[in-house]
Amino acid sequence: MPILTPDALDPVALLAEVAALGLGGTALFVGSVRRSAEDGPVAAIEYTAYDAMVDAEAGRILAESALRWPETRVALRHRVGRVEAGQASVVAVAASPHRAEAFAACRYVIEEVKKRLPVWKKEIYENGSAEWRANDGSRAAAATPAPRAP
Amino acid sequence: MHLPLDAPAPGGSLTVRCRLLAQYEEIVGQGEVTLELPRPSTVLDAVRFLRARVPNGSLLPERPLVAVNLAHALHATLLNDGDELALLPPIAGG
Repeated sequence: MPILTPDALDPVALLAEVAALGLGGTALFVGSVRRSAEDGPVAAIEYTAYDAMVDAEAGRILAESALRWPETRVALRHRVGRVEAGQASVVAVAASPHRAEAFAACRYVIEEVKKRLPVWKKEIYENGSAEWRANDGSRAAAATPAPRAP
Repeated sequence: MHLPLDAPAPGGSLTVRCRLLAQYEEIVGQGEVTLELPRPSTVLDAVRFLRARVPNGSLLPERPLVAVNLAHALHATLLNDGDELALLPPIAGG
């Protein structure tokens, strides 16, 4: 299953993907587009990605997780394209026999995604302006605002 | 865009496909450039070659995050003919 999708994320579908009778503890992480006093009047985020490398790098992250927690099943999806404020942009789920491994694997995968997955976000503000935003908090002006979805 | 060597290299040359992602594509105005480099060349050699020749190249970082053949790479990585090099802006997924 490709990691990237232009469609709305469905955490329940991902929970079903990892479910198994012997896996009694499941951790779910949902990351959403944030609008706050600190972030400013963000209307949406436009996500772009290096598609082929996303699948390759995510494969490495999931393989590392499987080596550390071999009894844990993990699923991951990330949005591309325009995601409105409040909507989910990334979902990671991990199902293990016990909760400690589920929490650890889910945390590991999302932290590595934030550091390594070649995905970029352009914040689109209510006034139509846009800025590239990195996970270290830095911003850079965008050359052209992304077009609004019809 | 194809960027050839200015003169034939004594040790021969290699050709690398270079991807420019996200804001780097906006800066240069192109998402992909083909580089002809002297053999041997490192990733950092390729970045210097690129910055000197593409529009607004000086606005690209001197030492950007890079990938070779879909995996994160070091600036000292030696390039091979046919490699895909990518200049990655600071990661911003999630």
